[in-house]
Amino acid sequence: MATKASRAAARLMLAPAVILLLGWMLVPLTMTVIFSFKRYLPMRGGDLGWVGFENYVRFVSSSAFWPAVQSTLMIVGGVLLITVVLGVLLAILLDQPMWGQGIVRILVIAPFFVMPTVSALVWKNMFMDPVNGLFAHLWRFFGATPVSWLSEASMPSIILIVSWQWLPFATLILLTAIQSLDSEQLEAAEMDGAPPLSRFIYITLPHLARAITIVVLIQTIFLLAIFAEIFVTTQGAFGTRTLTYLIFQRVLESQNVGLGSAGGVYAIILANILALFLMRIVGKNLDR
Amino acid sequence: MARAVTTQRKIINTTFAWMVGLLIFFPIMWTILTSFKTEATAIADPPVWFFFDWTLDNYRVVQERSDYSRFLWNSIIIAGGSTFMGLLIAIPAAWSMAFVPSKRTKDILLWMLSTKMLPAVGVLYPIYLIFIRFGLLDTRIGLTVVLMFINLPIMVWMLYTYFKEIPGEILEAARMDGAGLREEILYVLTPMALPGIASTVLLNVILAWNEAFWTLNLTAAKAAPLTAFIASYSSPEGLFYAKLSAASTMAIAPILILGWFSQKQLVRGLTFGAVK
Amino acid sequence: MGRIVLDQVTKSFGDVTVIPPLDLTIEDGEFAVFVGPSGCGKSTLLRLIAGLEDVTSGAIRIDGEDATSISPAKRGLAMVFQSYALYPHMSVRKNIAFPLRMAGMDKAEQDRRVDLAASVLNLTDYLDRRPGQLSGGQRQRVAIGRAIVREPAAFLFDEPLSNLDAALRVGMRLEISELHKRLKTTMIYVTHDQVEAMTMADKIVVLRAGFIEQVGSPLDLYHAPRNLFVAGFIGSPKMNLIAGAEAAKHDAHTIGVRPEHISVSATDGEWSGVVAVSEHLGSDTFFHVHQTGLADTITVRADGEVGFRHGDRIHMTPRADVIHRFDEQGLRIA
Repeated sequence: MATKASRAAARLMLAPAVILLLGWMLVPLTMTVIFSFKRYLPMRGGDLGWVGFENYVRFVSSSAFWPAVQSTLMIVGGVLLITVVLGVLLAILLDQPMWGQGIVRILVIAPFFVMPTVSALVWKNMFMDPVNGLFAHLWRFFGATPVSWLSEASMPSIILIVSWQWLPFATLILLTAIQSLDSEQLEAAEMDGAPPLSRFIYITLPHLARAITIVVLIQTIFLLAIFAEIFVTTQGAFGTRTLTYLIFQRVLESQNVGLGSAGGVYAIILANILALFLMRIVGKNLDR
Repeated sequence: MARAVTTQRKIINTTFAWMVGLLIFFPIMWTILTSFKTEATAIADPPVWFFFDWTLDNYRVVQERSDYSRFLWNSIIIAGGSTFMGLLIAIPAAWSMAFVPSKRTKDILLWMLSTKMLPAVGVLYPIYLIFIRFGLLDTRIGLTVVLMFINLPIMVWMLYTYFKEIPGEILEAARMDGAGLREEILYVLTPMALPGIASTVLLNVILAWNEAFWTLNLTAAKAAPLTAFIASYSSPEGLFYAKLSAASTMAIAPILILGWFSQKQLVRGLTFGAVK
Repeated sequence: MGRIVLDQVTKSFGDVTVIPPLDLTIEDGEFAVFVGPSGCGKSTLLRLIAGLEDVTSGAIRIDGEDATSISPAKRGLAMVFQSYALYPHMSVRKNIAFPLRMAGMDKAEQDRRVDLAASVLNLTDYLDRRPGQLSGGQRQRVAIGRAIVREPAAFLFDEPLSNLDAALRVGMRLEISELHKRLKTTMIYVTHDQVEAMTMADKIVVLRAGFIEQVGSPLDLYHAPRNLFVAGFIGSPKMNLIAGAEAAKHDAHTIGVRPEHISVSATDGEWSGVVAVSEHLGSDTFFHVHQTGLADTITVRADGEVGFRHGDRIHMTPRADVIHRFDEQGLRIA
């Protein structure tokens, strides 16, 4: 579709983006992989030589590893469940005819634009504080003893905070997908005698399947990496230390770079497996 | 075909949707309300809703005590700078993939997407080391570059999907009319893609503004943006809800407004064009 | 001025050859039409001349100068695209002035030329509008305006009328022909519509699968189609092609008789058949005749007053002096 000259120009213009991204990806990645095979303690002697796979073994056999896997899975799973289910319901609700649809939409989407540190702090202090938080007020109003959320029910609390942040994302994408559903299909099903619930199960839900998959994959990638929410609430205490946070602590807090890097390599592999699925879906879309 | 709905049904929908909407929005609203209260009113039990002595004191105190405007300025520089730098690299790249596609275009696009999925924590220490080596730690330029890289794949993708919608014949017409590559991009493509470029900018400013891994880990004081400013409130110091609220409100207000303008583009940008 | 020579030009996309070696000369001031069914390579050929595609081998000369590797911007050709390809963000004035602006012409001269072109094309009242606010025909004129202000060596038209409705198409056809008469600049016009080709061209180039089937004036092609493909493609309604015994009578494998060269009668004639459909256009009547024993359908053009109906048996006589004869390879027998 073009001449040699324009193809040459195209290569030239694509080059900066490709070269820069390649550098951005390869340089740190190589360093991480190298560190992961070393005993590397910046504060206690620095580079202490090659140790083979010792870091990889130690990372998975440390007492912190399995609990971290567990909390990671709980956060990712919990948030996905909540955001997808509520997201579908909300998307359907927002698709109904009503007054002030635009404003409601804005209200629902707003949390996505709140920076993670703000939402974590606001929830932690103004809602979940056992003395002055709104929940404490509410509990006392009903005569119950206020719960100190972030220590006694740390996991549900974090899931709540993160879900609140990501629900708008799921809703927005599912709403976009619902609006692209041809209403004639639904009307045809109605003419065929399908009641509302059947119409939802047999027509709307299958139509949403692709959007839901995308929501799940993208959110999983972001949720695996959540950091600020834990950093400003529990600092990884009370069973909320995720893999990401564990690696962060190994690297920056206990300054065991080798061990942290081995964890990092695990995280990269995990993310790439997920990314592969996502890219297949997106890639199919490119072929149109 | 939209169908007429009974008024009764519409009233039920409206009531229910507004209730849900307000519930979801409540934490933000509560934060904004609290920012205008005194510290004592802020923690009153039962909570005070609208009828209190509205005060702007908290905003004044936050600015005086913690120099809010410096963090704000850092946020603006970092978010704006990374977006601008990204555009300079992403526009030519997106042009070439959208209008002169080759067999490898699809692979390159997907590969770019995959770099976006690299978990930041996996490369935290190398980046940290590189930053120390080149004296970039706690500098705005260092953070700007990192955020540019983080968002570059999204920028290229968004621009690519927008450019794809511009008919190639128009660019060919420009070529026939004597436009060189530079003129073609400057006078024809860019103005036509302006709405798309604007949404790309908007989304990337939002993402950079809210980024909270690198901004927390690579800054200390000098270059710290608003994310870090807010995080500094995580250790409570007596009565501070109203001030926290004021600081939070100031940190999210600009982006909340921008975000509302870019709802539609958000979907496209974050799903890499897979949902439209 | 604008003499364009293609010398052994070929074009392949990967393994697919779109244009096999091809020679063609378009004389200065000529109105040449490339016509053929879709996928015949006519648009590719035009884009090769424009420089929007590279030739795989061979040379393109414009006015004796080798233009093969010159960029489209520097070939001095102007092109009108099928979609008009107007710049949506610019006013009509800016659209038309764009090539002049790119050439670095001073503002006063730009305005002078734009105003002139606008008055020629009846666009003066629309100069400040955006393309989005114009009708299809007006957009077409803007695209032409953008082409003529540059005073190019040749104009290239890529199916420019296919997005217009039937009535407008006839009008624009006349306008473009008139423009050619006035400017006397070389024009190369690509279309799949043989009516456009017949009405506008000085020289028609019939293409099929990248091969040139025949080059000639419209009447050459009408009177002496070189092969069955050209015979079937040029002329409307299509030429009746008859093979078998009837053709053998004329010492040919296939004979062709145009519908307008057959006379009809209720009583006697050389051939006979039953009218399946009769189309009354007022001026003419077309009969589609079945059960002739010659071909599935024989189409006949008669006067508007001739009133046979569905089911009527009619008799037909071809004009002996205009029967086209073709051999087994489908080539014309002189």
